[in-house]
Order: sequence, then structure tokens, then C-alpha cells
Amino acid sequence: MKYPIIAAGVLVAGMAHAQSEQPTLTVYTYESFVSDWGPGPVIEENFEAICACDLRLVGVGDGAELLGRLRLEGPRTDADVVLGLDTNLIARAEGTGLFAPHGIEAPEFDMPVDWDNPTFLPYDWGYFAFVYDSDVVFDPPESFGELIDSDLSVVIQDPRSSTPGLGLLMWVKAAYGDDAPEIWEGLAPRVLTVTQGWSEAYGLFTEGEADMALSYTTSPAYHLIAEDDPSYAAAVFEEGHYMQVEVAGRIAASDQPELAQEFLRFMLTDGFQGVIPTTNWMYPAVTPEGGLPEGFETLADPDTALLFSAQEAAELRDAALDEWLNALSR
Amino acid sequence: MLQLEALRIEQGDFTLDADLEVAEGARVAVLGPSGSGKSTLLSTIAGFIEPARGRVLWAGRDLTHLPPAERPMSILFQDNNLFPHLTVARNVGLALRSDLRLSRADWTRVGDALARVGLEGLEARRPAALSGGQQGRVALARVLLRARPLLLLDEPFAALGPALKAGMLELVAEIADEAGATLLMVSHEPRDAEAICERTILVAEGRAEAPAPTRALLADPPPALRDYLG
Amino acid sequence: MAQRPLALRRGAAPAVLAGLAVAGLLALLNFGSLGAVAWRAETPGALGPADWAAVRFTLLQATLSALFSVGLAIPVARALARRSFVGRGWLITLLGAPFILPTIVAVLGLLAVFGRNGLFSAALALVGLEPVQIYGLHGVVIAHVFFNLPLATRLILQGWLAIPAERFRLAAALGMGPREVMGQLELPMLREVVPGAALVIFLVCLTSFAVALTLGGGPAATTVELAIYQAFRFDFDLSRAALLALVQFALCAGALVLAWMVAAPSALGGGLDRPVERWDTHARVLKLQDTALIALAALFLLTPLAMIVANGAPRLVALPAPVWEAAVRSLGVALGSTALCIGFALALALAAVRLEAAGRAGAAGLVEASGVAALAASPLVVGTGLFIIVFPVIDPARLALPVTALVNAAMALPFALRAVLPALRQSEAQFARLAESLGVRGVARLRLVTLPRLRRPLGFAAGLAAALSMGDLGVIMLFADQDAATLPMQLYRLMGAYRMADAAGAALLLLALSLGLFWAFDRGGRIGAAT
Repeated sequence: MKYPIIAAGVLVAGMAHAQSEQPTLTVYTYESFVSDWGPGPVIEENFEAICACDLRLVGVGDGAELLGRLRLEGPRTDADVVLGLDTNLIARAEGTGLFAPHGIEAPEFDMPVDWDNPTFLPYDWGYFAFVYDSDVVFDPPESFGELIDSDLSVVIQDPRSSTPGLGLLMWVKAAYGDDAPEIWEGLAPRVLTVTQGWSEAYGLFTEGEADMALSYTTSPAYHLIAEDDPSYAAAVFEEGHYMQVEVAGRIAASDQPELAQEFLRFMLTDGFQGVIPTTNWMYPAVTPEGGLPEGFETLADPDTALLFSAQEAAELRDAALDEWLNALSR
Repeated sequence: MLQLEALRIEQGDFTLDADLEVAEGARVAVLGPSGSGKSTLLSTIAGFIEPARGRVLWAGRDLTHLPPAERPMSILFQDNNLFPHLTVARNVGLALRSDLRLSRADWTRVGDALARVGLEGLEARRPAALSGGQQGRVALARVLLRARPLLLLDEPFAALGPALKAGMLELVAEIADEAGATLLMVSHEPRDAEAICERTILVAEGRAEAPAPTRALLADPPPALRDYLG
Repeated sequence: MAQRPLALRRGAAPAVLAGLAVAGLLALLNFGSLGAVAWRAETPGALGPADWAAVRFTLLQATLSALFSVGLAIPVARALARRSFVGRGWLITLLGAPFILPTIVAVLGLLAVFGRNGLFSAALALVGLEPVQIYGLHGVVIAHVFFNLPLATRLILQGWLAIPAERFRLAAALGMGPREVMGQLELPMLREVVPGAALVIFLVCLTSFAVALTLGGGPAATTVELAIYQAFRFDFDLSRAALLALVQFALCAGALVLAWMVAAPSALGGGLDRPVERWDTHARVLKLQDTALIALAALFLLTPLAMIVANGAPRLVALPAPVWEAAVRSLGVALGSTALCIGFALALALAAVRLEAAGRAGAAGLVEASGVAALAASPLVVGTGLFIIVFPVIDPARLALPVTALVNAAMALPFALRAVLPALRQSEAQFARLAESLGVRGVARLRLVTLPRLRRPLGFAAGLAAALSMGDLGVIMLFADQDAATLPMQLYRLMGAYRMADAAGAALLLLALSLGLFWAFDRGGRIGAAT
């Protein structure tokens, strides 16, 4: 019974191809980007309105799984553009040799750090932060030290399986360097549990299981704008906050190099950037003409932005993981 | 004529030898102590057990390597003679076509066979809704419809009461007569053998003897039979 | 008397060939995918101390989970076996729910009861006690008991109901009390049934990952499956992933051998409708004890479900359209997966029984084992391996749903086989000679004898396969297309988009559909199934 269905599916797909003379641009990205509630659907519509092409978004796990998939596929990959890696993955992505220089005259980025990578272009960014409910936590910690000394419970993600989890690892490393192991040992009693991914951790937090969850300074914007609930906030730490910068690059072996570049250019315009704040709940890399949506001005704004270069991040990663494992495995 | 030609059955330590003939149309009891191999002998004739050597022949034709369904015989076991999930009519209908794709005329024949054993109107019942005696009759209706020249009974009525059993055996005799079938019937009750079988095969001490007149055998039993009869 | 049924050997070739083909396909799925991953690896890998720590923790948690699940299931099964009450059948069906839930849903339900803010802690606070601390090894075990207690109960209940009623009558006639009945009738049965049940649960817990991590409270609760995930995602070390998957198979094989040495596994999926009639259990104390046990088990298993219902109900009707579309898609996958699973189970069981009849017990054992191996297979390795195999040939996204159905079918197969195989053995023992003597064979045999005789276990197996497939996230994540999201995927996407309330609604929808499918198939197998 299944085969006719598959056959029919292939047939329909084939017919659709035959009808449209339009070229197809395939963009690999992470799962939550393509979801019905993510930026994908609107961005697809906006780009297809101007490109005379068919934009195909393929969602693959998270950023790290995306890179893994790309390595599995190698130069034969269908992807023309890969969107959704972050600075912790850039060095390894470049190491695959699959990417071509973007070759685009980049505009001025609205980010707290300079950007001059010749291969990858940022499309959004955010600060990692511990988010809390101000109806529950009245006196949020203002540093890792205060968090360690508090009796709050936090839920974090496993750096081996989650992007924010790895972000926290880098955050502690960037703020404390060789003293990171002591910070982790201090934090260990505060860590209620470690989850596989962001969703589980945030779910536990909103269920009231933990006082705080590792997320982004922009997370409260969702509750404020979409749920009209102003009680969520991000604790601002005086050590500064580690950044996540999400980037895209084009595949060297693509059969649509011009279209890929056109997409990267489009990525930095309002048709893309304007969608990001209220779907991906991150800061756009280039602030759209109308500014940020109302509500974003209420978000915590850290004084210090921390970020390792791609090279440093790659070198520190394994040792930082060992420190984390040692401290939390007790 | 059924011939067991230098037949030897081996099952682990157990062996049974048979070298005998049964005349066509005869009604023969297979008598012997329990564990002597009466059922094993019937199973071998029916094709469920492969003999170590020797042959089984019917009317001169070698059956030794034929599958059970292709042998010119019907067999009724001690139990599980009916499929409990099939209706009475479908159980009987298997005699005509093993895939049960029966024509209207076939179903009429099924009805007739059931009427012959006194079960008209019970076609749609499941076996579980019948008494033990009725279940036996359903199996006999199937035997009737299958019309194979040799009928093997491996004590299918052992669980019935004496009166009911006597009635069933009478029906068996009638059906065998009508069809001109040869009957081979395992029993451990000399009375059953006496009732419908003029001859008896004694199975004891690893041998199946040639059929002997039942009355004479029971009147002057050989030692093995005497021990069993007590 | 072991008769060598000559007739059963002839003409059995098609069934055996079909079974061998399925066994081959499963071997390709379980081991071919592993081979593909190893082949694709860039550097030879080695297992480090952290990996061996993961192996130790996996063994520890799986062993404890199996012991506690079975240990608690014995009194519950005994209570269910000897008491009849209104709604008993419904309760047994509902008790099966945790087993078929997607992990994240079950974990959130569990934490709504046993978590820091859960009902249980709130109840403790009322009497002035500290809230329970669920995170740690005991949390992992509690979660696995929650998932597997129903399965263990079902397996052991089966054993109780398989004790012939005559023996209980004999015991009553001899004036035996509960203690003597235990020693003479029940302990021997338990000795047969318990090792098999413990083995199944040990294997189910072997590949646990998110549950172990979340409730384990930190990286000390790293299982082999998480180590495999790390090898893929964090280190992109394919050969280490393949090695770890091999270790997982070795653990499974070791457990299988051990269990085979201790006892033969018992059947799943028979009728649980009737309680055992007993004469030694009318004492009021025993009645109270049984009632309390059943109530406690129901409370432990059903309260988290009730929390899922309570959290999801407000949003259920207003769920966004893509969730409903995904639900329809998931139903399709579940039904396809069920058809495959039942086909596989029948083919393997028929082949195994034919091979046994032909005296080839070794080959029969291998055929049977091929159906059980999926329990120990790492979903990640299977998915990645299939991806590596498929990618050069066809766009994997096109195969997302069929591959998901196939892998889900393999996943449910061990349970389906356990239900079908013993029933087929029994049916053959009772009716093979009659069928042979009447020449009922081939397709007619399947249609007229085998399928009707196996209705109940097939219904149960189909229900389990459908429900497991409905809730599985598994390989679809590696293959999926933007437009082919299943219900569990949409649930995760909703959570990923901060929409926790909608996700709770989707979780309830998933729970309802899974249970509904299970109930419909299981019931379907019972209605009209004559004994």
C-alpha cells in the first residue's frame, strides 16, 4: 500500500519541477528555523518574491548536527547555503573545505563585536543569560559568584548535546580563564539538572521545576510580546555575557553560486532581518529600518560582551568540556 | 488392501515393527497397553511420522513418502479435530476444498452431510457451542464428505460416556459401510473393539501383530494382552 | 514424545524463505547501518575512560531499573491476577500508557508529580516534610520504573493466568493457604517468567538517553547512547560511535545469553480478561493488601498521565493547523509501521516454527534473535547509517516517512515477536496435524488457521507497534523535510519556539492518539476471537 503513495509523491514532485523553470536554492539550517513558528516560512516567502527561484529550506537538528550532516554528505551535498552555525563551529566548518568565501560587500553590523570573517556572515546574535521569573526570584544574582552563594536552582544544557550548553562553557572560560574549574565546582550544587537540549531545560523552568534556566537575554521578549507577560527577566552578570553569533555561508560546490550570493545579500536586508526578532527571538545582525519591535527596549543590556574568536573557541573546547565533566560528575 | 511392509518405526529408544495386511472394507481394532505404540502406528500410516524403513501401501500403491493430505485416508485424533474459530459448516466444508472456496452446490452437500449425522440446522454454530458428542458428529460429517477409502480413528471418542460412545461407534460403522471404507480404530477398550471390529491388531512389546479375529483373541488372549486386560 | 513431523517439513520453503528475507533485512538495518557508519569514519577510533564510565553507568541503571520494575510488578501482577473489579480491563490498558509515551512528555508528566514543584512534594509540604529530590540515580530508576512497570506487570500477569485453574482447585482441595500456594504454584511460575521480563526491561533501558540525563541530574548519568550522540555531534568521531554501538550490542547479547540460561521467555499479549479464581485469598487482610497495591500502582502510573491531560486540555482544541496536519501524517506512519511490524513478526515466527519443526533449532534461534536485536540498536547509529547508505542514491528527505515507518516497525518487533511466537507455537502444536491431514496449507492455511488463531496476540502487537511508532521521534530527525513533520516533531518545534502551552496540548493529542490506536487494535484482536 505504501509504494503507490511514494510513487505518487515522486511523480508530483517531478511534475512540480517540470512546471517551474525556476532554479532551486537549497538552504540547510537548524530545525527550529524551518518550523511553522520559526522565521523560515516568512523568509521563504519574502525571498521567493524577489528571486524568481524556489527556496528550499531543509531543517537538520541544531547547529552542530547541521555541521555533522554536512560532513556526512561531503562535496556531494545538495546544500547551496548553510545557515545556522555559530562561532563555536566556524573553525570546524572552515576545516571541512566545503565553504567558499562569501564575496559580499557586507554592510555595517549592529553587533557589540567587529566582524571580518571572509567566509561566514552573521545574521543574528544574542547574549547567553540565566532567565528567571520575577514573581518567583526577587533578588536575582548579579554575578556567577552571587549565583554560587545563592540558594537558587538552575537548569542548564549539556555542552555535548546543546548549543547553549556549550555557550555556557565558553562563557565561564571567557570570564574566568584558568579559574573556570573552581567556578564550576561552586556552581555544581546550584545545578538542578542538565538536559539534552534547550527545549527540555526551558520547559522545566516554565513548569516551575527550577528557578532559572540558561537561555538568552532576549527570551523575556517572547513572554512580553507574544504572551503579554512582563514577569520574565534575564539576570545581568557583571563579568559580562558570552555572545552567540549565528552565521551563514555558501557551499563551494554549489551549482547556484550567484543565487547563493543573492540569498546572503538578502539575508542582511529588512526582508530577512525584520523577521528575526519575533520569530527567532534574537537580535538581528543589521537593525531593520523601523528599529527593533516594541518590548525589546525592556531587555537586559549587558555592559560587557564576551566572545572568543573561532580559532580560540576551537582550541579551548575539549579542555573546557573536561573541566565541566570533572566538576559536575561528582 | 492396506499393506505394512517390513515397517520399522524408531522414536528415540522406542521401536515398533509391523509387517501385516488389512483387507479392503475390513473393520479392524488396534488394541494394546498404553505406551505400546498404537497411536504411533496410526500416525505413521497417516503420514505424520516417517518410518525408519519399510513401506506403507494401499491397493499396491506406495504411500510411504506422500504428505498426509494426499493419502487416501481420513484420520480423527484424540482431540483438536475441529478448528474452534470456524463454524460447524466451514469445518465440514474443508473436506471439499482446503481453501474453503465452495460453490453453492458444495454448501448444499455440507448441509446434507450434517443432516446425515443428525446435526441439521447447526451449520452456523462454533464448536465450543456444541456438546462433546455433537463435536464428534461434526468430525464424522467431514469424514463422510471427504469419502476416502481408509478411515483411521485414534480414540476420538475417548472422552464421551459409554452410551454416547457406543452410539458414535455405531455411526462410524454405518458411515464406513456406506462408503465401503476400511476402518482402523485404536482402542484400549476390548468392548469397543468387540462392538464393531471383527478383527484386531494387537500392538505390544514392540510389535504390531497381523489382524486376528477379535472374539478369538479376547477369548484366549496372548500373555501380553492378558496382563493388560487383567 | 517428540514426534518428527515429516509432513511439516515439506512445502515449508516459502514461509522459511520469507522469514529469512526479513531476518536479512533486519540484520542490514541493525548491523549494516553500523557498518556504514564505521566505513564512513575518517580516523580509527578508540574508547576512552569516559566511554567506559558510560558503559558502567548504563549497566548499573539498566540493571537497577529492571530489578525494581520486576520486583514491584510481582505484587501488583498478583493483586491483579486474583481480584476482579469493575474497570479492570480499562485499568490494564491505561497502565500501559507510560510505555508508549515520547520521553519528553513522560518526563514532564513525571516531574509534575515528583518534581520540586510537583504534587507529591506539595503533599509532603502539607505535612511539614521536605520536598523529594528526584534528580540522581534514583530518579533515573524511578523514571524507568514508571515507563516499564506496566510492561513487567503485563508479562508477569500473563504467567499467573497461565497457571491452570485445576491446580488452584487442587490446592484448595488440599487446604493450602496463600503461603503454600505461593511455594507450590506461584514461585515455580515466577522462576520461569521473571528472568524474561527483567531481560526485556534491561534491554529497553540500555538505550535510554534523555531520561537518564535529565533525571540523572548531570553528566555522571551519561549512558552509552549519550556517548554515541556526543561522538556524532560534538566530536564527529564516527568510528567511536560505531564502536560504542558495538559495545551496546555486546551488552544486549550478554544479557540475552544470561536470560536464556536462566529461563525461557514467556508470552505477551494473551487474554488478561479473567482473574484467576482462588480459594486461598478470601481473607480480609489479603483483600485490603491487594486493593492497596493496585491503587498505589494506579496512582503512581496514572497521576503523571492526569497531569499531562490537565496541562494539555486547555490548548487541545485551539492547537494550530500544522499540529493537526502532523497528527494525520503521524497516523499514516503509525499504520504503515504497524503493517510492516505485523508482516515481519509473522514471517519471522512462521520461519522459526518451521525451522524448529525441521529440527533446526539453531537456525530458528537466529531468526528469532534477528527480531530482538533492534532493542539494542542505537537509534542514532541506525539513522545515520541508513542516511549514509541512502544519500548517494536518493534525496533522504523523500524517504523520511517510509524510513521512519520501517525503523519504528523494527523497534516494536521484539515485543510483537514475543506476543506472536508462543501463540503460533501453541496453535501449531494443536492444529498442525489437523490442517496437514486436510491439506490446508500455504495461503489458505494462513487465512483459515494461522491468522484466526493469532488474533489476540496480533491485535496486541499491532496496538503496541502503532502506539510506539506514533510517539517516536527517532530517525525522522535525521531525514526530515520541512513539510514532513510528524506529531512528536511538531511537539519539539513548539517547545523550541517557546510555545510550551501549545506543546502541552500537542502532548495530550499525542497521548490520546497513541492510547487510542493501542486500544483499538488490542480490542479488535479480542472481539470475535473465539478460543
